[in-house]
Amino acid sequence: MAKSGDTKSFWERMESIDRRVIFLILLVVVAIPLVISVGVEIPPTAPVIEAHEAVESLEAGDVLMVSIDFDATSAPELIPMLESVLRQAFEKDVKVVMLGHIAIGLPLGHVALEEAAAELGKIYGVDYVDLGYRPGYVAVMIAMGREISDVFATDYQGTRLADMEITRDLHSYEDVDLLFGFEHGAVIDYWVRYVQARFGQRMTFGTTAVMAPDAYPYLQAGQIEGLVGGLKGAAEYETLIGVPGMATRGMPAQEWAHLLVIGFIALGNMGFFFTRRKRRRSAAEAGQA
Amino acid sequence: MKRAVPLAITFLTGFFLVVSFFIPHEPFGELEQRLLIWFAIVSGFTMLLGVDNLVRAHVRRVTRRPAGWGHSVALIVGLVVTVVLGVIGFVRYGSPFHIQSPFMFLYTYSIIPLQATMFALLAFFIASASYRAFRARNTVATLLLVSAVIVMLGRVPIGSASSHVFPAAQEWIMNYPQLAAKRGIQIGAALGAVSMSLRILLGIERSYLS
Repeated sequence: MAKSGDTKSFWERMESIDRRVIFLILLVVVAIPLVISVGVEIPPTAPVIEAHEAVESLEAGDVLMVSIDFDATSAPELIPMLESVLRQAFEKDVKVVMLGHIAIGLPLGHVALEEAAAELGKIYGVDYVDLGYRPGYVAVMIAMGREISDVFATDYQGTRLADMEITRDLHSYEDVDLLFGFEHGAVIDYWVRYVQARFGQRMTFGTTAVMAPDAYPYLQAGQIEGLVGGLKGAAEYETLIGVPGMATRGMPAQEWAHLLVIGFIALGNMGFFFTRRKRRRSAAEAGQA
Repeated sequence: MKRAVPLAITFLTGFFLVVSFFIPHEPFGELEQRLLIWFAIVSGFTMLLGVDNLVRAHVRRVTRRPAGWGHSVALIVGLVVTVVLGVIGFVRYGSPFHIQSPFMFLYTYSIIPLQATMFALLAFFIASASYRAFRARNTVATLLLVSAVIVMLGRVPIGSASSHVFPAAQEWIMNYPQLAAKRGIQIGAALGAVSMSLRILLGIERSYLS
């Protein structure tokens, strides 16, 4: 005797595809473009161009504060944009001051900083510094508006800020020309509310795709200068600096995954409509009988 | 007395911080800075409390051995190994975050892949959930479905390559309907936060004392 599942029509099957099938197809669709390099054109959008121009507006010797507010969960989206920004800043001889509000993510930023600095011949304590992490991010942000060494008395290695050339004259946001935050959570809200609104600090952000909608109100209000959202934003930034990296290589996989999800949504809806029509027809026939 | 003193401290602290926001000059500015540094120090100690609580809870599970107690062993071993490698890195290199520190080895080859794997699984669940949730059951669900498809197409190169409509429509959705809803939520949340803060400062809301 056939099981009830065997009598399902094609559209009924399409309405309820086993999720393990979806997982398997998605795995294949994401893996192929990562293995076989597929070139795609990624035209930059206005928010990314604005973020790029904000960094481009800095001059040699200016200070760029980089905040690492993410951890490894968001690294595939945020590390490529961090690398692009660091490269752009170092090429312009801009001084980079790194800190972070997510303790477990800061080493990711540190590794990217060291790699970019080594590649472009920058010296620790002169061209760049890693202040590290201090707990209580809102308190840290506000206190830095008055005196940075009150909260960061030393860098991550324990060297006093007064003993390093880059931080000797770094006292408050008045000495920071631009803040570039890399965000995967709500820390962006605190940067804008407590640092931009109160101290008038110029700032721009790179966020995960999920977080980008949260930043749009600040972008439209002019509180932040530009926004790099998700892997696509990172790929656009790579296009702008002319150095294709991990984000550009990852875009075909994201593209195929989006198309697959759209395809599944279309199949699910067709299945839903055809089976609903069938159910209604059966109900009408049962009513007439 | 047990209630009056904490309430008075809360009111005075809140009052001075609010005043210092609008008058950042002496003596309020200096007082605010001192309170903020205290806050950062207290935040550091809350982490120690968290670790203490975590260890106690999992040691209890290991001694009582309920179902899944092996996970607690893994957590305790992971915690001890991380701390030991961090201390070794601090002693040998001056910081556990030094590139050659053994802590960074653990971080690079264990913590990062574990976290990345957990988050990567989300892509599979989102694909499955989108397929099940985006059904055109009624007008509102259809609007959500159409918006989602436009945003998904507008966010990938093929969208802009096939037609300029998708990126433009995606930008419009993000800049107007999405933003309007987001602003409404943010304004509501901010008003709620102001209201709750006032209730705490004035001693009307006292649940934090219990």
